[in-house]
Amino acid sequence: MSKNVIETQDLTKRYNGVTAVDNLNLTIQEGEIFGMLGPNGSGKTTTILMLLGLTEPTAGQVRVLGLDPARQPLSVKARVGYIPDQVGFYDDLTAVENLMYTAKLNGIPRKEALARIDDALDRMGLSEVKDRAVKTYSRGMKQRLAVADVLIKQPHMVIMDEPTQGLDPEGAHEFLKIIRDLKDENITVLLASHLLHQVQSVCDRVGLFNQGRMAISGTVEELAQKYMKGGYRIELEAIGDREAIEKALKEVEGVTDVAYLGRDRYEVRAKGDLRAEAARAVVLAGGGLLGLHVEAPSLDDIYVRFFQEVKHDSQRQAA
Amino acid sequence: MTANARQLEAGRRGREGSPWTGLWAVVFKEMADYLTGTRMRILEILILLTAVGAVYAAMTQIRETIGRDPFLFLKLFTLSKSPIPSFVEFLGILVPLIAISLTFDAINGEFSRRTLSRVLAQPIYRDALLFGKFLAAFFTLALVLTVIWLLIIGLGLIGLGVPPSGPGIARLLVFLLATIFYGGVWLALAMVFSIVFRQPATAAMASLAVWLFFLIFWNILAGLLANVISPVRLGLPQEIIAQARVQIALARFSPTFLYGEIMAAILNPAVKMVGLGLLLPIQPQGSIPGSPLPLSQSLLLVWPQFTGLIAATILLFALGYVLFQRQEIRA
Ligand SMILES: Nc1ncnc2c1ncn2[C@@H]1O[C@H](COP(=O)(O)OP(=O)(O)O)[C@@H](O)[C@H]1O
Ligand SMILES: [Mg+2]
Repeated sequence: MSKNVIETQDLTKRYNGVTAVDNLNLTIQEGEIFGMLGPNGSGKTTTILMLLGLTEPTAGQVRVLGLDPARQPLSVKARVGYIPDQVGFYDDLTAVENLMYTAKLNGIPRKEALARIDDALDRMGLSEVKDRAVKTYSRGMKQRLAVADVLIKQPHMVIMDEPTQGLDPEGAHEFLKIIRDLKDENITVLLASHLLHQVQSVCDRVGLFNQGRMAISGTVEELAQKYMKGGYRIELEAIGDREAIEKALKEVEGVTDVAYLGRDRYEVRAKGDLRAEAARAVVLAGGGLLGLHVEAPSLDDIYVRFFQEVKHDSQRQAA
Repeated sequence: MTANARQLEAGRRGREGSPWTGLWAVVFKEMADYLTGTRMRILEILILLTAVGAVYAAMTQIRETIGRDPFLFLKLFTLSKSPIPSFVEFLGILVPLIAISLTFDAINGEFSRRTLSRVLAQPIYRDALLFGKFLAAFFTLALVLTVIWLLIIGLGLIGLGVPPSGPGIARLLVFLLATIFYGGVWLALAMVFSIVFRQPATAAMASLAVWLFFLIFWNILAGLLANVISPVRLGLPQEIIAQARVQIALARFSPTFLYGEIMAAILNPAVKMVGLGLLLPIQPQGSIPGSPLPLSQSLLLVWPQFTGLIAATILLFALGYVLFQRQEIRA
């Protein structure tokens, strides 16, 4: 079994009466990408600040890489990179100067620092502009500079708060790729986001947050199975006898619903990614398959479904 | 159980590592920022104008009035020619402004640039950041003031044609030190405001309000308050002296007043007492006639004022420290 990089036990933070994080039990394993997902104000940033020892928990226990962030903040912060929400740099300094400051704060000797900075900027595609003042950078470039900034300390883990906020769809997509590259280097990634749909594809596991509590966690597939009874949507285009094709599709194990959309298009609702099975069924029914497309269940839907149920339950209990 | 016990033990031992980890990285970065920044250019021009103007005014006075004086050089700093005030008077006003301009955005500037959480996510404590910023501002201020000081001495050498005497130089050095520590108070004050107010503009306004208050209103208020606390009913000399005592005690809450007293004693060796003898402390010349005091005596005279300035700086810094430790650092 892999090691736990983060462990919290009944972690709680209250701000004069307001409970920002409520008895959180979170476990993150080495090498995974974990997404803390939930709407604004659900306690994600507060959780991160406690993990880094930047704010004191009101109650509960935290372990980060086996260390207690409240007592050993320097060791934790030397090993964990943090990219805050809407990260900023010193605008008048160049990228290299900004990263050199980070390196010095980490006690890295100048020569070694210069090598690491060059390497990190190169990997983030910023070599060309490394001697330009950061004020000339676009939002996306700053976000990549932020990754270079955490790479300087060669972290075991990187924590990112709202990493795709403010990026255009293409920039966000590129950034998700960078996150995946970090994982390939065996860096554990914890990211917090309210853009569930945008980041779900990159996360190995997710935890859904609501009002300071992590209500459910698991892989997207697990959650989809549990709360959406599948929720995969397969769209296929096939010529041939409509009734035969529909019948064949309905008989595929795991398919919950089939609908004809017109112009030889069918929509199949399924418990999993059944593209292969559906294709075979169409062919066996004498149809000619023209196209096939699958949509994984959306975390947004899962989120809405789950918290609606919770609300209904509590209303039922109240009534 | 054992884990709990270990944690308790760790708690007793406190935080890991030194609170000053990373201090010098902060100091060097901040100083580099100051020395290359625009505000430094503006300050330099201001300083140059002040120095030249003040020396020019003093020089004409010196030529007119004084023949041979072992402390001729000190006069450069204290003589004035209406309407231009003496250089020391100018410093009393200007040093706070320079100091405020250095630190009014120390912490809130990091907030508005959104760099604070990124910097504090590095393996340093907040202690190092705050103290590093203070030290950088302090060194910068010291540098600026030393440059002006050298400039005036240089101009004086050219203008007067005689070098300052040994005791004169000693006094000039004490003058420089006192001026730097006077600035320290205002550095710490503006820094506290930079922690309290999220907007740098608000912090600057608040600092300037305090500066103006001590520059103009506090002396007036001290007079009014003294009149209430210790009224002169019969016009007896004791009553008048008692009231003046109260007034001075109150006035000493102002760093500008303390600085004025120090300057009076240090730059005018003839001054044998401060306080009662000096209701106009920024104009020390020609108050009490007599032979000059040795520097050690002059220093003794204003030692409480000197330590007062340093104590005020430490208190203000401590206040800022406590406020900053408690502050939520999210943007
Ligand atoms: N300094 C603070 N004082 C009082 N309440 C706060 C403070 N910081 C955060 N909160 C509250 O804590 C809750 C969680 O906030 P946050 O952790 O920022 O959520 P998220 O990052 O998920 O958007 C919110 O209701 C917020 O209003
Ligand atoms: Mg947040």
